[in-house]
Order: sequence, then C-alpha cells, then structure tokens
Amino acid sequence: MVNTKVTLSGWQLDNPVIPASGTFGYGNEFKDFYDINILGSFSFKGTTKEPRFGNPTPRIAETPMGMINSVGLQNPGIHAVIDHELPQLKKFFDKKVVANISGFSIDEYAYCCQLIDKEDQVGIIEVNVSCPNVDHGGMAFGTDAANVAAVTRAVKAVTTKPVYIKLSPNVTDIVPIAKAAEEAGADGLSLINTLLGMRIDLRTGKPVIANTMGGFSGPAIFPVALRMVYQVAKAVKIPVIGMGGVSSAEDVIEMMYAGATAVQVGAANLKNPYVCKEIIENLPKVMERYGIKDLNDIIGKA
Amino acid sequence: MYKRNIYTVTENKKIAKDVFYMILEGDTSYITAPGQFINIEIDGFYLRRPISVCDWDDKTITIIYKVVGQGTQAMADMPAGTKLDILTGLGNGFTVAQDSKTPLVIGGGVGTPPMYALTKELIKQGAKPTVILGFTGKDDVFGEKEFKDLGCDVYITTNDGSYGTKGFVTDVIKNLSGYDYFYTCGPMAMLKAVAQATECSGQLSFEERMGCGFGGCMGCSCKTLTGYKRICTEGPVLLKEEIIW
Repeated sequence: MVNTKVTLSGWQLDNPVIPASGTFGYGNEFKDFYDINILGSFSFKGTTKEPRFGNPTPRIAETPMGMINSVGLQNPGIHAVIDHELPQLKKFFDKKVVANISGFSIDEYAYCCQLIDKEDQVGIIEVNVSCPNVDHGGMAFGTDAANVAAVTRAVKAVTTKPVYIKLSPNVTDIVPIAKAAEEAGADGLSLINTLLGMRIDLRTGKPVIANTMGGFSGPAIFPVALRMVYQVAKAVKIPVIGMGGVSSAEDVIEMMYAGATAVQVGAANLKNPYVCKEIIENLPKVMERYGIKDLNDIIGKA
Repeated sequence: MYKRNIYTVTENKKIAKDVFYMILEGDTSYITAPGQFINIEIDGFYLRRPISVCDWDDKTITIIYKVVGQGTQAMADMPAGTKLDILTGLGNGFTVAQDSKTPLVIGGGVGTPPMYALTKELIKQGAKPTVILGFTGKDDVFGEKEFKDLGCDVYITTNDGSYGTKGFVTDVIKNLSGYDYFYTCGPMAMLKAVAQATECSGQLSFEERMGCGFGGCMGCSCKTLTGYKRICTEGPVLLKEEIIW
C-alpha cells in the first residue's frame, strides 16, 4: 500500500489531484462521467462579484499539444455561486472545494473572499490575480509584486480560511512575486496560470481568438510550469499547488518532485473528461513502479 | 447524457468537393435526437473535432464532414478499421414541433447532414417536410438523392447557378407557401437570412469553436433572449424567438 494523502494548510486530501479552475465548472458537467468524490478536491470556476458573460467568441484555439482560451471569466457572480451552485454541488460532492475568486479591484477581491470564507463547503480560497483574459484586473494585479501583496493583505484581513494566491507566468521573474505574496501573509501559492499566446487563422489572416490573445495551456507548457514550480518552491516556505499541462500520474509525480504539495489538472479535462479519474487510478501503480511509498516523501526532492 | 467510447471506422469516402462520408461502428445508445453531435479525438491534435450526426441506428453512426484544416484532413485519410475515441450524445438536438405538419427543412453546405435524420424523424411522426439544400456550386452538392428517397420534395440551390436554382435557399423560400415551421443548419449568414425570410417559428442549429463540447469550458457561449447559452450544451439548436442576431 502506498500513501497518496497530502495536506494543504491543515486540510487533508485523499490524493493530490485537483481539477483546475475554469476546466471543471462547478462540478455539474463531470458528475455524470464519474463519481467526482474520488478527487482530492476541485477548484471551481473563477468567480467575480458581478455575473459576467465574458469575452466574444471565438474564445478557443488549438495549438500543437495544447490550446488557447479567452473565456474572460464567464461566471454567475459570487451571490449565485453561494445561493445556487454550492447547494447544488452539495448533492453530489461530499468534500470541500477550492474557491477560485477573481476581481477587478482590491475591494472586489476582499468582498468576494469575505463572503465565500463563511461557506463550510470551501476548503481553501484560491485568489486568481493572473487571468490573462480581462482588462483592468486579473493579470494586471499578478504581474506586479506590490499589487499582489496588496491583494493578499486585503483578502487575509477579511478571511479565516487558508488563502492561496494563483500566480501568473507572464513575468520576467516569478520568484519576487511569490515572495511578495508570502510576506503579505499568503498561506500558499498556486501556479502557473496560462501563458499569454495567440494563433492566426490562415483562411482570414486574422487572429483566431476574437480578443486577439488568450491563455495558452496544455501539455506544451508543462516544462515551463514545472520550472516555475521548482523555482518558487525553493524560494518560499508555504505550500505550492503545481499546475500547467499536467495530464498523467507521471506528470503529477514530476510536479511534486519539483516542489508541489498538490497538483491541478486543467486543459486535459477538456480533451478527456475522465482524465482525473484515470490519473487517480494510475497514481499508486506509477508510485510503485518508481519505488515511492508516500507522496509526501518526494515533495521538493528534485 | 454523454458518454465516451471507442468506435471503428467502417467506411470513409469522398462524396463531394472536400466532403466525406464516414460510418462509425460502436455504442449509439447515448444519441437521443437528430441535430446532436459527436466529438472525435484525432491522433496528433489536442482538441477533439465536433461533427454533427447525419444518421444513426443501433450499431452505427453516420457523419458527413468537410475538410477545412489539418484535423479534418487527418480524418479524410483514415482507412477502414481505424479506432477512434469519441464522445457521443452531445448537444440538445432538434425537437419535433408537434403542431407542424408541413415544415421546411433547410440545409446549407456541410450544415445539411443533421437535417437527414431530422427529416426521417419528421416523416415518422406524420409531417410532410419540404427540403431545401444550398451549396456554393455543382461540385459541392450532396444529399439530393438521399432526401428524395425519403419521399420529400427537394430543392437545390447553388450560388453560381451551376446546379439547381441559382442563388440562395431564401430565393426558393420566397416562392413557397403553405409551410408552417422550419428547421435549419448552415452558415451564420444563411441562418439569419432564413430567419428573416420566414414568418413562422423555427429551430436553428449553430456552430462555434469549442474547447470540450460538453459544457466544461464555457468556450462556446452566446447571449440569447432566454439567457446565456453554451452552443455545445444548451445548443446547438436554438429557437428563432430567442436568438439575438
């Protein structure tokens, strides 16, 4: 028997596998594919104060070994999430979720986090300061150390649950930003969000994505994500949730060697809706193959 | 409800310019309505390719697709015997309007295939559909015989007049009377023209670039008068009255 249990800021997960925000909705679309209670947890769709339609379509483009999205934080708003999505989720998911919160001002982040902090169904709050698909918000916060620190302090002041800051890879050096979040009181870090990318449609000679650019994800970005998780985990003392192109149990283990305590799976859910189930089922076998008895033994050992 | 399964290509042949006809053998139990689509994983491509169901029975799914890029070219090159990982049962599909007896069925180009299973269902439920199919030119035309074999009146239009009526499907619609409803699938400009050319109600099937095809990514959302809808889940078929053009 191997041990796959990991702990994020005192919250024990059966395994480190967490579908990433924006690829798993609020759970509804996946519950008919498999029993999602096998997951470590999942991070719900990035939620803002007001309901949002998001960006014009096309919002999706394909890349070699990946994809670009420019959804633009479509979500029903924090009040609808608390009043409708969480009660609905409770009917088929017994575990706590990762509450992914986004915003367009420091006040808005604090407003949403204060509300979601009161929900028993929430394990940790994941503050998204790195969405590449909205103007005047999202990534505009996450690419500046002082702004990241300000958001972190504002959110920590109004919450009791662990706060994880989700970082952008679209920076020259991610380490000072990670350290700024840690110094401002973050309980953990999630990284990486998507890389800013684009494609051009040869039939029109124009960008495929209506908003020109979007967030690049999928296996193609895995080595970049792994490198950043490694750099950040070496530089901070708080736990790191690693993500970016993870698609297999092998990828999960590699991320953990790089320093991740838990691992999120994003784009792969959209290609193969069963991927997290398959990863969780494979994880003990792959651990045995590489002589790993306890996942906690390998975190940051690369 | 949707389901992933493995399917075997049993036939894959060209039927018009860049247009191919493929039969897939496997579990069809999740397909519940004409106008639904399947999402096909292709070796070497990250995202699946969503393709409408042309027809199905208890063992096979028929699709007709157009080569528009590298992914669909890879499909065209697949020999019989190829195994494919496919999600089926996606989208809402058409709902047969119970009070319509003489509907129009309008297909534009590669929007024609889903209208075939729909037409069969309409006939089965006692309606007498009139079929109008629009294409760019003679080399693009397919499906005329198949719809005629169902016993329908079939009108073909081509933009350049190289086959059938010269012009657009709306050039046929304006000379028809007695229809009480319509069902259509085709390019956006055609859908809009059809909605404007008809006074009756109808159902229109839309296309959008998709990430997952099952509602997980919100990649294909659109605004309607009845709220935000995902083309892959609450669509692809929308009611004329709810569409914001």
